[in-house]
Amino acid sequence: MFENLSDRLTDVFNRLGSKGRLTESDVDAGLREVRLALLEADVNFKVVKDFVARVREQAIGEEVTKSLTPGQQVIKIVHDELVHLLGDANVPINESKNREQPTIVMLVGLQGAGKTTMAAKLALYMRKKGKTPLLVAADIYRPAAIKQLETLGKQLNIPVFSEGTDVSPPDIAEHALRQARINGNNFVIVDTAGRLQIDERLMGELQQVVERIGPTEIMLVVDAMIGQESVKVAEAFHAKVPLTGLIMTKIDGDARGGAALSMREVTGVPIKFLGTGEKTDAIEPFHPDRLAQRILGMGDVMTLIERAEQVYDKDEAKKMQKKMRKGTFDFEDFLGAMNSMRKLGPLQQILGMIPGIGKQLRQMKDLDEALDDREMKRIEAIIQSMTIKERRNPDLLKDPSRKRRISAGSGTRIEDVNALVKQFREMQRMMKRFGKGGQNPRDLMRMFK
Amino acid sequence: MFRRLFGGEERSEQEIKQEEKKIEQSVQKTKSGFFGRITAMFRSEDPITDELWDELEELLIAGDVGAENALKIVERVRERCEKKGLKFASEARSLLKSELVNRLDVDTPQYSERSTKPYVILVVGVNGVGKTTLIAKLSNRYKAMGKNVILAAADTFRAAAIDQLQHWADRVGVPVISQQPGADPGAVAYDATQATYNQQADVLIIDTAGRLQSKHNLMKELEKISNVVKKRWQYAPHEVLLVLDATTGQNGLIQARAFTQAAQVTHLALTKLDGTAKGGIAFAIVQEIERPIKYIGTGETINDLALFDGESFVNALFEEE
Ligand SMILES: Nc1nc2c(ncn2[C@@H]2O[C@H](COP(=O)(O)OP(=O)(O)OP(=O)(O)O)[C@@H](O)[C@H]2O)c(=O)[nH]1
Ligand SMILES: Nc1nc2c(ncn2[C@@H]2O[C@H](COP(=O)(O)OP(=O)(O)OP(=O)(O)O)[C@@H](O)[C@H]2O)c(=O)[nH]1
Ligand SMILES: [Mg+2]
Ligand SMILES: [Mg+2]
Repeated sequence: MFENLSDRLTDVFNRLGSKGRLTESDVDAGLREVRLALLEADVNFKVVKDFVARVREQAIGEEVTKSLTPGQQVIKIVHDELVHLLGDANVPINESKNREQPTIVMLVGLQGAGKTTMAAKLALYMRKKGKTPLLVAADIYRPAAIKQLETLGKQLNIPVFSEGTDVSPPDIAEHALRQARINGNNFVIVDTAGRLQIDERLMGELQQVVERIGPTEIMLVVDAMIGQESVKVAEAFHAKVPLTGLIMTKIDGDARGGAALSMREVTGVPIKFLGTGEKTDAIEPFHPDRLAQRILGMGDVMTLIERAEQVYDKDEAKKMQKKMRKGTFDFEDFLGAMNSMRKLGPLQQILGMIPGIGKQLRQMKDLDEALDDREMKRIEAIIQSMTIKERRNPDLLKDPSRKRRISAGSGTRIEDVNALVKQFREMQRMMKRFGKGGQNPRDLMRMFK
Repeated sequence: MFRRLFGGEERSEQEIKQEEKKIEQSVQKTKSGFFGRITAMFRSEDPITDELWDELEELLIAGDVGAENALKIVERVRERCEKKGLKFASEARSLLKSELVNRLDVDTPQYSERSTKPYVILVVGVNGVGKTTLIAKLSNRYKAMGKNVILAAADTFRAAAIDQLQHWADRVGVPVISQQPGADPGAVAYDATQATYNQQADVLIIDTAGRLQSKHNLMKELEKISNVVKKRWQYAPHEVLLVLDATTGQNGLIQARAFTQAAQVTHLALTKLDGTAKGGIAFAIVQEIERPIKYIGTGETINDLALFDGESFVNALFEEE
């Protein structure tokens, strides 16, 4: 996801931090790297310019406090500004206030962005929250678009409203709404055809649908791989239909998704969800603070906890959360978590959320090579070669002879064992810190020492 | 001519004048815009300034050329300008353009699609870039050339992917070899290989599921598909077409690397160039993997296909819509 960007920023500011006082030229050197990193992450160049200018102003004006190194201080400013740019807090999905009126969510965007897939994901997600969703097939243009939605609906056992390709999308939407009221569906999701923002006719059609059904939410679905055009796309859609949310898909790849920053900045509309895979359960609510932390290499402990809740039964989830908070989460728990989460899907996703782990894995292997089962098996092998005592008390692993035994037993290199133990300890510390509630930014910044 | 331009009905003298005025206004607006200024700067006989180079770099970045790559290109043109003693912005402009066009010009050995029979094309790329639609366009093209085309529905994963390909095939009038959703893509490729062999078809085009290059196992699957056709024809697939969405940013380069490694890409296709995106990442890609762009996609119908032309591509980079 954003890990490469975070590595880069961490690297820059580590260098900066070791130098002592924060001078104007220090700041500029750091910000040059920040600029490049953001551009490489596909943040729009105008947005980058503003961002860098704002950070510069704050960084140079700031007094250097005793408790932070200058580098840490710049990171704090970059971090805070990123959080701010991303929207400060999670904004939940809008729901209809009127009990008689279903919530209507409309998904719009460019061709191939992932709207249809996201429609199905949202339906499943809301059903888990106790809603009775209805999917509406209002893409009458793309070959087999209706069939695609119907197939997904059937898989999930969620009803799909369609009227073929001869009825106009505004009519379909209106008819669907009528049907929803009759059948008692309180959450209506309208899938629309992909369109270019410069296509006057199709943009006009979108406006008609909006006028006809008055959606509660109009969400622009964007591909995480999109480049500099994200700004034009978001602006144009926002000008035609009042957007209420942004969704970024395909974040499970290695695209850095900087467009999320750009689009949020130019529209002022919050990012609400992320699409994290091709399967229908690969959806996550978006958390600006978490993403900014992630950008800065902090991983995503909160998401991990939330996910864990879904896999474990409640009691077990509570136990795990408590352990995470108290920092007593040990290798045994980790192994258990790996097994349970395997049920949930791709390990990449899960490990990527754990601070340090994702990064460490990448260092162990070729950068471009994704996590696959082999690596997972390797971690498992290392942990399984530990005695129960060692798993419960990782401190024992300071003993080199124990490490040698584990490395031999698991068929891995001693460095692999070292790295895993080290990162695990960092993760434990992080979890403890998060657990203490109110994250002290100064503490977070210490991570970068 | 106006009737052709403006959609058929007769127009009064006045209406035509109004249209012309509107066009002029929009041209004017473009000229005063950010990119318009740069273009204008180049066109005029203004001298070359530092500011010009900065803005030029920005123009390339805005077109997704990439920050570091843009800097490199501009530096190089700048040096050449100085060496040649060029003074005017307009001269710098044509030098930059030719530099960019050169970068897209790679010459690699390829199989002749005229004399290779059957000519096997494997179409690959990340999710939603336009692979299946491109295949519809290609089958239409080959059919118009008088070739017998067979399509293989080897995307057995995405919901209704087979139906989508079948729909296009019916429209163009070419057969599709397919199995059930969820079937092994290699098995579909095998069936299609058999059919192509038995029917002595001229062209076999294999549609594959979109996959993110970071997913190791899915990338391996491409190798498998490729090996299936190789077993029948030693040099197949003769064309491995990597489809890139023109709106893609810097991730495009990572895509190109990974797909080239996993599936020996021979050509690129850039889709969705009818939008506002310029596809500037293509410069870095072509340079790195040394494979040419063969096609561009400019819309959602089977006729929206063109052979790639470096010069028009570069010109479009300098235009604001
Ligand atoms: N890896 C990954 N693939 C995704 C994700 N979301 C969608 N896709 C894939 O992206 C491709 C396009 O998705 P669709 O849902 O058909 O996109 P769309 O926006 O409805 O496309 P049009 O209707 O043609 O405009 C499909 O191959 C999906 O499986 C995601 O979060 N991760
Ligand atoms: N504007 C425009 N849209 C295009 C172009 N090519 C494809 N599309 C649209 O992009 C969307 C995705 O196209 P597909 O052909 O399904 O893409 P794909 O790569 O096969 O997608 P997956 O199989 O899901 O990975 C569809 O809505 C197409 O109509 C193009 O050149 N221009
Ligand atoms: Mg769709
Ligand atoms: Mg396809």
